[in-house]
Amino acid sequence: MADLSTSFLGISSPNPFWLASAPPTDKEYNVQRAFEQGWGGVVWKTLGEDPPVVNVNGPRYGAIHGPDRRLLALNNIELITDRALDTNLEEIARVKRNWPDRAMIVSLMVPCEEAPWQKILALVEQTGADGVELNFGCPHGMSERGMGSAVGQVPEYIEMVARWCKQHSRLPVIVKLTPNITDIRYPARAAKAGGADAVSLINTVNAIMSIDLDNFAPTPTIDGKGSHGGMCGPAVRPLALNMVAEIARDVETRGMPISGIGGITTWRDAAEFIALGCGTVQVCTAAMTYGFKIVKEMTSGLSDWMDEKGYATIEDFRGRAAPNVTDWQYLNLNYVTKARIDQDKCISCGRCHIACEDTSHQAITNMVDGMRKFEVIDEECVGCNLCVNVCPVADCITMEQIAGQDPRTKKPIPPEYGNWTAHPNNPMAKEKMQFAPNPMTLPDAAE
Amino acid sequence: MIAMSDPLPRRPDIAASRLPGDAIARGFSDLHPALESHEALVEADRCYFCYDAPCMNACPTAIDIPLFIREIQAGNAIGAAKTILSANILGGMCARVCPTETLCEEVCVREIAEGKPVQIGLLQRHATDALMATGEHPFKRAAPTGKRIAVVGAGPAGLSAAHRLAMLGHDVTIFDAREKPGGLNEYGIAAYKATEDFAQREVEFLLKIGGITVQTGKALGNTIHLADLRRDFGAVFLGLGLAGVNALGADGETSGGSHDAVAWIADLRQTSDLSQLPVGRRVVVIGGGMTAIDAAVQAKALGAEEVTIAYRRGREQMNASVYEQEVAATRGVHLRFNLQPKRILAEDGHVTGIELERTRIEDGKLVATGETVTIEADQVFKAIGQSFTADGTEGEGEGIALERGRIRVDASRRTSLEGVWAGGDCIFGGEDLTVVAVEDGKVAAMDIHAALVAAEKVAAE
Repeated sequence: MADLSTSFLGISSPNPFWLASAPPTDKEYNVQRAFEQGWGGVVWKTLGEDPPVVNVNGPRYGAIHGPDRRLLALNNIELITDRALDTNLEEIARVKRNWPDRAMIVSLMVPCEEAPWQKILALVEQTGADGVELNFGCPHGMSERGMGSAVGQVPEYIEMVARWCKQHSRLPVIVKLTPNITDIRYPARAAKAGGADAVSLINTVNAIMSIDLDNFAPTPTIDGKGSHGGMCGPAVRPLALNMVAEIARDVETRGMPISGIGGITTWRDAAEFIALGCGTVQVCTAAMTYGFKIVKEMTSGLSDWMDEKGYATIEDFRGRAAPNVTDWQYLNLNYVTKARIDQDKCISCGRCHIACEDTSHQAITNMVDGMRKFEVIDEECVGCNLCVNVCPVADCITMEQIAGQDPRTKKPIPPEYGNWTAHPNNPMAKEKMQFAPNPMTLPDAAE
Repeated sequence: MIAMSDPLPRRPDIAASRLPGDAIARGFSDLHPALESHEALVEADRCYFCYDAPCMNACPTAIDIPLFIREIQAGNAIGAAKTILSANILGGMCARVCPTETLCEEVCVREIAEGKPVQIGLLQRHATDALMATGEHPFKRAAPTGKRIAVVGAGPAGLSAAHRLAMLGHDVTIFDAREKPGGLNEYGIAAYKATEDFAQREVEFLLKIGGITVQTGKALGNTIHLADLRRDFGAVFLGLGLAGVNALGADGETSGGSHDAVAWIADLRQTSDLSQLPVGRRVVVIGGGMTAIDAAVQAKALGAEEVTIAYRRGREQMNASVYEQEVAATRGVHLRFNLQPKRILAEDGHVTGIELERTRIEDGKLVATGETVTIEADQVFKAIGQSFTADGTEGEGEGIALERGRIRVDASRRTSLEGVWAGGDCIFGGEDLTVVAVEDGKVAAMDIHAALVAAEKVAAE
């Protein structure tokens, strides 16, 4: 059986599944229940200065549902913990004592001044916690007070606070990044420059989930008004994967430990983040939707997949996908594909045809010899994959690489790798083709 | 308990209240209960919104099924109903009675993919129920044309024609021989397919378009005459249905307890308290179509203990769909095949059973084998098809051309008589389905309208 244990910044946990700083980790009671179900660690819900903040007393969550009320995304306007600092510290100490093998990270958010950070770090250290996570991501409420994402959106602040934290504490420091920024690499570089040990991402995305068309207000509506919240859950996962990949392959931050967050719901989601280089993953929405028991599926799924693939430890596959994330300009333009429709699997819904006909390249028939039939016209097919994506039948349409002559361009397909950097249509084409920087691996032909 | 020394119960054993009232109510409750709103959303999401959708092509009225399902999915059930009703004004009834398993749902790509089609019929009902619950009529009449049109028969074909004509601005008078409009929707189909007086509610809904007068108790050839209608109206549409019932051709057909299934179902449909409707302890239904199934299942629901359908050919040849056969079987009806009626057995003028002869197919022809089977019965229902009776058409004016016993029409549903259109079961070439009748009425109405407009143009020139 695969070994799921992880050591992240020297903090060990029996598996890479941590609960993210959020409502599920606000109290001893919840965290106790989580550990009983098998979670590898928690990031305790963000502590702040006393007196504690207050939350709205109306609804604080909104959601997007699929047709069967499957929760696709959650949105919240909850603030950091609204319990007294002492209460939280006491509980953190007790839980860590009772569960020494689990990771206990404490999330923190205090005003952007050195003294408050110094003060709270000292208090956290006394609890026996394993590390701290700096909440530079919360995009609502706290950001209006100059904290949370207001810090995370200014790389200089990130660097400054990270440096204070490293100066005033022996604990490992994780900086939690907000996705509400144009280029995620800048805050990650700032965190590194400030001496942070790791980054975690993504925090929630600024969002309004829906507008109530009866009273013309955002939902959830509080006495006729609503404000944007932070969106999370399965819908944000692709955004998170991209941001994690950007940091993982950035020359300045490459190799920096990452704790991946963003819509992780099953073992597969977690494996994808780990494949991009994450040392642990953090989960919130899935737990808030289904309860803590989901970790059992995550651990069994990850373990079984690793066994199947022959990975004995997490490290055996961690980061394996990162080198394959590249820039568009390095993609092989001589890789030519055509759609192939498996007529035995085709149920004749015609979606591939109408998608291609109306919106793309007129490369799929709907009628052949007077019969309803969907076939790819290679002379028109650009290999775009839209038909694959709209087909309701798995594996019915696949993309096949072709060699020789492309029936569409009527030109021979060069067998060797070739990218945009030296393409004749590129006004800035280089004399010699450029390759992706190390450690990006290239097809054999290019070497 | 009947003691051994007591005489056996006197034949015929035909009685009411064979089951407690609530059991009868259960037996006659909705065959397909309506979808809850959430169920409808989930089911609607199963639709793939196919291009050139097979379901739409399979619908005789060409309802834009993918579009209406998408409208339901987007929370616009009323809009979905408008999409349905613009193609088929009796979309509510069709949602209940259409053999969807041989029409739209049979060709649904989900049927091909996983053997579970999108439940189009139930979704159609969901939408039309939502609209009808508002009490509003979704269509408006065009400016009045001043033209008057006679529609004979207030069944699905006549109602469909009348509604479309009224919508186009014409004034319509519908004549019907019965007390209530609705035709087979009111008198023919099984009660559990159109519960809660749906047929009448739908007629009321349809008439809200305005411009339609309904005169009941007016039978063609009796109180009204085709020649008069042709003289007094700008056009005539005949939706006469099938008034005749095929004869069994077996001895004893006139015995007490031997019934025409269509008439018996009509009586059942008009019985307000079904526990008061007598039914035999043992019932045999002769036939292999929907009427046979409807009669058998309803006899069972009334409490008949043994109900047998005897059909002279094999299961595959039954007109009733496989689904209908399953409904009958799961409700305890015994289906027997390759049995043709030979003689109805009777004592003191009342049915005691039926003698049937086994059949087989030889060289593609049905032949009797000479071997007989007797099934004891207190009631025998014959459901072996209906026929068109030309009362009121033939012998009036120059006569109307028939084809294999039914009225001959062209693609526009024009008969051989100038100014007379026809549709529904009375024409040759249809499928004796509500939905086909609705299409006939619609097509005829559009052609009547075109003819009247063209005549107007000619007159103006």
